[in-house]
Amino acid sequence: MRLLLEKRREPSRTMLVLTPVLSVIVIMVLGIIIFDGLGYDGQQAVWELFFTPVLDVYKWRDVASKAAPLILIALGLSLGNQAKIWNIGAEGQYIVGALGAAGIAFATQSMTGFWIIPLMIITGMVCGALYAGIPAVLRTRYGVSEVLSSLMFVYVSLQLLSYLITGPWKDPDGHNFPQTAQLTDAQLLPHELGDSGIPPGLLIALIATILFYVLVARTIFGFSVRAIGEAPHAARYGGFSSNGIVWATLMISGAMAGLAGVLELMQLTRLNLGYPSGYGFTAIIVSLLGRSHPVGVFIAGIVLAITYVGGQVAQTVVHVPNATAGLFQALLLFAILASDLLVRYRVRLSVSSSPAKGTRP
Amino acid sequence: MTKFTRRDFVKTVAAASALPLIGASAQAAEPFKVAFIFLGPVGDYGWTWAHDKGRRELEAALGGAVKTTYVENVKEDASAIPILRDLARQGNKLIFATSFGYMDQVLEVAKEFPDVKFEHCTGFKRAANVSTYNSRFHEGRAVTGTIAGKVSKSGVIGYLGSFKIPEVVMGVNAFTLAAQAVNPKIQTKLVMIDSWFDPAKETAATETLANLGCDVIATHTDSPAPLQFCQKKGIFGFGQGADMSKFAPKAHLTAIEDIWGPHYIARVKAAIAGTWKSEDFWDGIKEGAVKVSAYNAALPKEVQDAANKVIDGYKAGSYDVFTGPIYDQGGALKVKEGQKMGLGDLATIDWYVKGIQSA
Repeated sequence: MRLLLEKRREPSRTMLVLTPVLSVIVIMVLGIIIFDGLGYDGQQAVWELFFTPVLDVYKWRDVASKAAPLILIALGLSLGNQAKIWNIGAEGQYIVGALGAAGIAFATQSMTGFWIIPLMIITGMVCGALYAGIPAVLRTRYGVSEVLSSLMFVYVSLQLLSYLITGPWKDPDGHNFPQTAQLTDAQLLPHELGDSGIPPGLLIALIATILFYVLVARTIFGFSVRAIGEAPHAARYGGFSSNGIVWATLMISGAMAGLAGVLELMQLTRLNLGYPSGYGFTAIIVSLLGRSHPVGVFIAGIVLAITYVGGQVAQTVVHVPNATAGLFQALLLFAILASDLLVRYRVRLSVSSSPAKGTRP
Repeated sequence: MTKFTRRDFVKTVAAASALPLIGASAQAAEPFKVAFIFLGPVGDYGWTWAHDKGRRELEAALGGAVKTTYVENVKEDASAIPILRDLARQGNKLIFATSFGYMDQVLEVAKEFPDVKFEHCTGFKRAANVSTYNSRFHEGRAVTGTIAGKVSKSGVIGYLGSFKIPEVVMGVNAFTLAAQAVNPKIQTKLVMIDSWFDPAKETAATETLANLGCDVIATHTDSPAPLQFCQKKGIFGFGQGADMSKFAPKAHLTAIEDIWGPHYIARVKAAIAGTWKSEDFWDGIKEGAVKVSAYNAALPKEVQDAANKVIDGYKAGSYDVFTGPIYDQGGALKVKEGQKMGLGDLATIDWYVKGIQSA
């Protein structure tokens, strides 16, 4: 008797939805084993990581404010994923988006007006999009892989941030510490919508999810993105421009990362060297866990936000190291990539002794 | 293999939901709760280790009257806010935030919890329930600078910095001025690595400094990695925050130790007694907040004497490394002959003295 893997004729829809859920469960079990092995209380650690943020009403606000940037960035990335265009540099576009908004903030310091916040948001999105345009030029003009170039431009953006906040944008009242001046009231969104405890970013993320759903499922553009990803030759034959899709997906994901950057800046109220927080990288996991589907991305964003918030809780309660959240996020990425096998292959028990057609596990 | 059964889950739920009740019923006999948030791991053997040592001294001194918790590796971004909030909600009455980058976060959470007291290390913003505390580390740097000036054969010494913030600028200036006082030809090469704790990056930067001809290298980052590199290379360095001699017995000339215990003990006692006020502390060698470790036995007596003279001068109040004339990198006179820089000017300093070259 042996286990056989048979290639499915079509990817399994059930497995497509089921495997992310299974992945989360698998890493919980793995987590208990790992933490017990390290001498912590594994059950409590996993409990604090995954359930306290959900059950403690007080933690919801933290989950929501972590989820919003992840969802926004991952929505943009998932569009590229579908066209098999991999933007790894969302972190850089996130930083440059925030820098663009900070530039507007710098210029409007003594002004008030309802137009300042929208201007900051639009500028941030444009800056993020243009920054993602650099890998697009390199890819369409010179055939440079966007995976490498977009990642490398993250490091350029870090230098740019460091230069601006230690130089021209340094807070004059900041005792020469590397940070910008605080945003003024006219430049800040409220922390929550009314008394609801919902951060404005989450509402924006929800609206964006709906817009992306419509864009992907109901427009010709959405169809052409999927067509390029699944059958590039056929799509080109069908008259879709593959360069056009490279440009569009990179710039849209850049704009979304920029938007997340602006909203995060408004939460933090100023830029400092601690600003780059890795959302742009974590969002890659979110987009994969959410199977690049807008609704899936929304849910996955909340799951990853829970691991962040739960990681902090576990750190204060069980005293596990703060790398815990990162460890779980990495495990999740592994689990989701590994489980792709189940989407494309069928596992079958075979009683015959002769090896059948298929790959042995 | 451990299994997470449903029964276990139920038990955990029950235990978790009972936690707040336990807190409420046991309040009368509860010790005074104090929390710390740390930038690095307590095992960094540097900055965070020294703060944690202070925390342990606090526990030893006050025994059952106090209960401390700490959270390590807290990033200097928005994620510090929920951690501070959690600690305040868990009943901690005094919270020490031990890195500059927590400043805005401390003030924000302090607003939400007016009954909880906060102390922010190396910051400059205070509130009714927020104090600040700092050490005059630069006094220790004047001692190590004196040693470096005497020990260096090449006349080129190195300084591994973290960020261009006043504390670091002050440090490299004090180090250079003291070295120049014993050897006027001294040049200091400076590298900033934009991190407080990153052993790999720290080692790489130390290598850069060594390649530039530095034979004594001081560190303003928190790990012993640079010292270990110096040991391998046969050059010299200093411990940062704590005695690091066991990591590099040959290269370790001495160390600047940060002594936080007395401050923590005094402030917790004040909080328990109800006499805690929002204040700004800036202590140095004289008050015992900055200590110079035992010298490397290989250090010649003449060098040790020169270093001791600086220490004694600070204790007596007769010495200050920031006494003019002091010139900046461009050669402009910044502090006139015989004048001293006040702590206010030092707290915002952003220019380097003559003889420092950014590498």
